[in-house]
Amino acid sequence: MTGSIERQLSGWGRYPSGTTEVCRPERLSDLRECMSEATSLVARGLGRSYGDAAFNSAGFTVLTERLNRFVAFDAESGILDCEAGVTVDEILSVLVPRGFFLPVVPGTKYVTMGGALACDVHGKNHHKDGSLSRHVTDFRLLTPSGDLVFCSREENSDLFWATVGGLGLTGIVTDLRIKLIPLESSYVSVDYDRAENIDKALELFHESDEKYKYSVAWLDGIASGRSLGRSVLMRGNPAAAGPGTDLSRHSSRSFSVPDVFPGFLLNRVSVRAFNTVYYRKHPRKAREVLTHYESFFFPLDRLSNWNRLYGKKGFLQYQFAVPYEGGREALIKVLELFAKSRYGMFLAVLKRFGPGEAASALSFPMPGYTLAADLPCRDAGMFDFLRQIDRVVSAAGGRIYLGKDARLAADAVREMYEGLDAWLELKARVDPDRRLTSDLARRLELVP
Amino acid sequence: MSRPGTPPQESNGSEVVLILGATSMIARETAATFAGAGYDLTLAGRDAEEVERVAADIAIRHGVSATSERFDALDTDDHRRFAEAVTGATGDALAGVVVAFGVLGDSERAATDFDEAQEIIAANYVGAVSVLTHLVPYFERKKSGFIVGISSVSGDRGRGSIYTYGSAKGGFSLYLQGLRNRLHKSGVHVLTVKPGFIDTRMTYGAVKPGMAADPAAVARAIIRGVRKKKSVIYVPRIWRLIMFAIRNIPEPIFKRLGL
Repeated sequence: MTGSIERQLSGWGRYPSGTTEVCRPERLSDLRECMSEATSLVARGLGRSYGDAAFNSAGFTVLTERLNRFVAFDAESGILDCEAGVTVDEILSVLVPRGFFLPVVPGTKYVTMGGALACDVHGKNHHKDGSLSRHVTDFRLLTPSGDLVFCSREENSDLFWATVGGLGLTGIVTDLRIKLIPLESSYVSVDYDRAENIDKALELFHESDEKYKYSVAWLDGIASGRSLGRSVLMRGNPAAAGPGTDLSRHSSRSFSVPDVFPGFLLNRVSVRAFNTVYYRKHPRKAREVLTHYESFFFPLDRLSNWNRLYGKKGFLQYQFAVPYEGGREALIKVLELFAKSRYGMFLAVLKRFGPGEAASALSFPMPGYTLAADLPCRDAGMFDFLRQIDRVVSAAGGRIYLGKDARLAADAVREMYEGLDAWLELKARVDPDRRLTSDLARRLELVP
Repeated sequence: MSRPGTPPQESNGSEVVLILGATSMIARETAATFAGAGYDLTLAGRDAEEVERVAADIAIRHGVSATSERFDALDTDDHRRFAEAVTGATGDALAGVVVAFGVLGDSERAATDFDEAQEIIAANYVGAVSVLTHLVPYFERKKSGFIVGISSVSGDRGRGSIYTYGSAKGGFSLYLQGLRNRLHKSGVHVLTVKPGFIDTRMTYGAVKPGMAADPAAVARAIIRGVRKKKSVIYVPRIWRLIMFAIRNIPEPIFKRLGL
């Protein structure tokens, strides 16, 4: 096998971390070697999963960053074939000026397509267009046996659906094909609406979400009482070509945050102040604000290493979804529990999901609401507190996003993902020696 | 990957650069940098599937034409056909060639196993001499163009840890030096590139991360070297100084160092 380096790795939240042998294939033959020779392994793209999905402290972690070739692009159909290490950043840089955009983008452009598929990422258009997998026509999967398997909805469909959202535990995707969407301009025409509490926010979602391709709300995770869940809804549609628009790509400039911030900098007091200012700075209502896709979709990308703002102890990202039925009550319960607790929910985001991918056992989105928030790592009490929230989510028929998770218990995941048993059977078939594994897989007992 | 460096004399769009050993990371970056400057590319290498992937990637990212050719440095009997095929296909448009193939091999084994030593010499030196022998007349006739050879700092002094590879690269450096001398009057530019530690599969795991330079830096230096008609460049530049020092250690002392 080509060389490897022992390194300490973590997810984007910098918690937890582990020591792993890292290898970095540059060719398909290198990748095959890693697959056949590593005792155990998991692929890692840009490491933007928050928790422990993309490192394997028992063995090898395979960086896909150099398997990042564009394989084919057909401007007629908009179908792009690219290797799994190609990033959203690269695709948009190359294809936005030619009038194409990805059908689904997550909140950062610094993810690889392989990682995006393994988490079946969703974007601000989930209520309209579903998650990433809906637009992926097929992919080639290198399995532990060394076979390169073509997977689509028709061929090897069980493996296709097990790999979508499958956290890299069924094989390593070499390349995938995805249908891009035509783009008239690089801008989104955004409407802003302030909602004084969670009920008002949900009301606005239901009243008018279908008018918008993109919809999301920033939520104040600290306000309580009558302001519980006060939000700013940001919803928009692609702007047509016209005055003030162009097909410009995003800027590659960014400011790197130095690693000097103490963990206590972001606390309930400072964030409460920030949230109040942020809420007030938005007008009650604004219409058709022309916004470049970069600041609309990737507002934090200008600050590279923004995860350092939470200090060396790191942070968790807690994201859950609850179905429409009973979802409102569950959201209010969670917000109230947080408001009463010592733990602040920072950078909270609320969104309405459309239908999920029923055929995929581990894909996260389900019809209903999703709430995501950052939680700085504090003390052991926080983990107990979050288990309490897990129970609220689970009782409402909801689930936690595994691609972001760093602490969920193995029994909880079984309640939340009904299809897990079938998925585990397929995992046993495609990877009988359980060589594809990660710290997350062991924590959630997806491997023995 | 795709960031273009300083463009060389801007191509008029129909000029072609041939890259031999196109699947290495340095070659990929070099191809991307030439493509960013508007050159079309012919990429050649042993692993046809990989070469095709690199070619497709360059073509999509940069909107240039990138064709792929099978080329095996060890198969010297095939080099005449290869050279004729490439110069035939590109006509007068072939602006330059980059010799980027090479293998590190197993130095330890090569010390006692001639098969290993022979392969190292064949892949790094004999193959390069062979293919250039067939390509040089084209440039000589044309009275223009550039030949870039990616050698190594290892060729600057024989060291106990890596002398088989070093001797092959050292031979290649001397060959390029002589070729530069001979082709000067024909207006053909010969550039010798001597990379130090570069962050590729060759050094991954063997050199401390942070000690090895970005392969894109080699690509940018090559483009600059071609534009400024340099003779020998070291990448990163500090290696010129390091190798100056290493070359000037008196042999009676050097032989005791066990480098």
